[in-house]
Amino acid sequence: MSTATHRIDRAAMAIAAGLLVIAVVIVWDASSLPSTVYGIGPRAVPILVAGGLVLLAIGNAVLAWRGEFPEREDYDLQAVLLILGGLLALIAIIGLNGGFIPATAVLFAATATAFGRRAILTDFVIGFVLSVLVFLMFSKLLTLSLPMGPIERLL
Amino acid sequence: MDAFAALAQGLTVALQPMNLLFALIGVMLGTAVGVLPGIGPALTVALLLPITFKLDPAGSLIMFAGIYYGGMYGGSTTAILINTPGESASLATALEGNKMAKAGRGGPALATAAIGSFVAGTIATIGIVFLAPWLVEIALQFGPEDYFALMCVAFVTVSATFGSSPVRGLTSLFIGLTLGLVGIDKLTGQARLSFGVPELLDGVEITTLAVGLFAVGEALYIASRRNKGEEKIEPVRGSLWMTKEDWKRSWKPWLRGTAFGFPIGALPAGGAEIPTFLSYSTEKRLTKHPEEFGKGAIEGVAGPEAANNASAAGTLVPLLTLGLPTSATAAMMLAGFQQYGLNPGPLLFAERPDLVWGLIASLFIANVMLIILNLPLVGLWVRLLAIPQPWLYAGILVFATMGTIAAKPSAVELTMLGVFGVMGFLMRRFDFPVAPVVVGLILGPMAEQQLRRAMQISLGDPTVLVQSPISATLLGIALIALIAPFALQGLAKFNKSDD
Repeated sequence: MSTATHRIDRAAMAIAAGLLVIAVVIVWDASSLPSTVYGIGPRAVPILVAGGLVLLAIGNAVLAWRGEFPEREDYDLQAVLLILGGLLALIAIIGLNGGFIPATAVLFAATATAFGRRAILTDFVIGFVLSVLVFLMFSKLLTLSLPMGPIERLL
Repeated sequence: MDAFAALAQGLTVALQPMNLLFALIGVMLGTAVGVLPGIGPALTVALLLPITFKLDPAGSLIMFAGIYYGGMYGGSTTAILINTPGESASLATALEGNKMAKAGRGGPALATAAIGSFVAGTIATIGIVFLAPWLVEIALQFGPEDYFALMCVAFVTVSATFGSSPVRGLTSLFIGLTLGLVGIDKLTGQARLSFGVPELLDGVEITTLAVGLFAVGEALYIASRRNKGEEKIEPVRGSLWMTKEDWKRSWKPWLRGTAFGFPIGALPAGGAEIPTFLSYSTEKRLTKHPEEFGKGAIEGVAGPEAANNASAAGTLVPLLTLGLPTSATAAMMLAGFQQYGLNPGPLLFAERPDLVWGLIASLFIANVMLIILNLPLVGLWVRLLAIPQPWLYAGILVFATMGTIAAKPSAVELTMLGVFGVMGFLMRRFDFPVAPVVVGLILGPMAEQQLRRAMQISLGDPTVLVQSPISATLLGIALIALIAPFALQGLAKFNKSDD
């Protein structure tokens, strides 16, 4: 696995740094907790976990330094952003009381587009029909509470 | 004979018409979702969890048993027909099964997988019946320090011992442990890692994590690398039935696969990859038709598929008797118990034998239903495979968000779903295993509770962990399992530089 040419894997180095940051946040959070008199309190295990994360940050940094992370193919950032955008739109629509059906229909259309479809209107309609079916099944048949909006109230 | 009496009682629960219906729905849904490419059994259970929210515990757990086995079976269908296994445990099946399908022998491949799963599932479930009461007896003598040590073993074996990189596996585990810290500390009521966000006080929901990592993460990953070779569905041509020759070549691999799968699954080692690959290499060595291996040998489907199912049933042994989940799927099953405030373990065997034995009995029933239903319905499953990828993943995300909203309707929860999705995407890109995160989240808080209980009893004396012989032994095993992969790596490197 080890390569003769020592190329430092910067992205993997960032992961190691991220682990270190998480460890610091855990310790900072734990230090605000009161200590207990006997036994071990709520502080001990977070500190233990943080210690493990520090060691693993070092371990990952060593792997990154040696270039021992697997090769990665280049990727389609646009597709990733489209799906995440769809999720954000879903959160926004539900937050504004737009309801479950339009929100998931938007997510459906965005995801289908991210996977290479070029018929966003058709996909929105398909997503809409699917969402209506899901809503009827889970909200009416299984009585789960899903976010209500103007369309859901009509059903 | 105690076990049989208990099982008979379980059967009377499982055979009630309503519960039979739940098992049937579970089997059908489990197979339908498990067949979809890219969806493994853990995600199948996570996606279908909301369906059981409003059922009573017995019905819900029985439906779960069906979903579990159905999801396993669906995964093997996908592996055989399009060579994209939803989980690493189906990799071995895909090796030979897909070749068989390409050669026009998809029918017998599906049949030997189905019948092998049935044989393995049935034998393994009998194994559970015998092993469970015995393990419960042992578990009753476990003190909190012993439980803590046992969980340490599970932590190490799940993350470090068998993965491709112990450092990355342990990193995944510790991310899971960190997520497990979030929320109110059960013993003192202190809020940890909640940053004043009220939604975080309840802790991280396991379904949100699993669905985010498995569904959203997978969708992001596949979308990001689309056009890297389309997958092709092999049509099922010719007869579905196995010839006499096929039977002759299948039955021994089924039994050997079961013999590999069940014990390894039942040990708190987690993962079905090892037994499936052990079975694959064994069959390759023992076969009378070595020329067929790599071109579609039926033994190479029969053995690993049986091993896969037997080990899946095996993981139910530590889950039911000790409350110890050793795979992502088992962690999801545990979440299914916890939604009713039930904690699997020796106490549950004593307090709710109807539930536990009803679940075990319905494993038998689910197995029978699968074999009766699935071969005739294979045409339907194949049609599900033909859903175009864009709609498939769009649909998966709709169900994923629906499950999250139904469990906890809040923008914070949906944001976490997205964050876990990005995390799952990055983990796939950088080759971090995903399952240890899920196991860490659910097992971490349990381990902390046991540790603190042990320390309270010992009045803060940490030597209590090594004073109990059980705990000392288990911690020793955990330590060896932790050091071994590093030592072996170092040795391999040493040998290499020696050359």
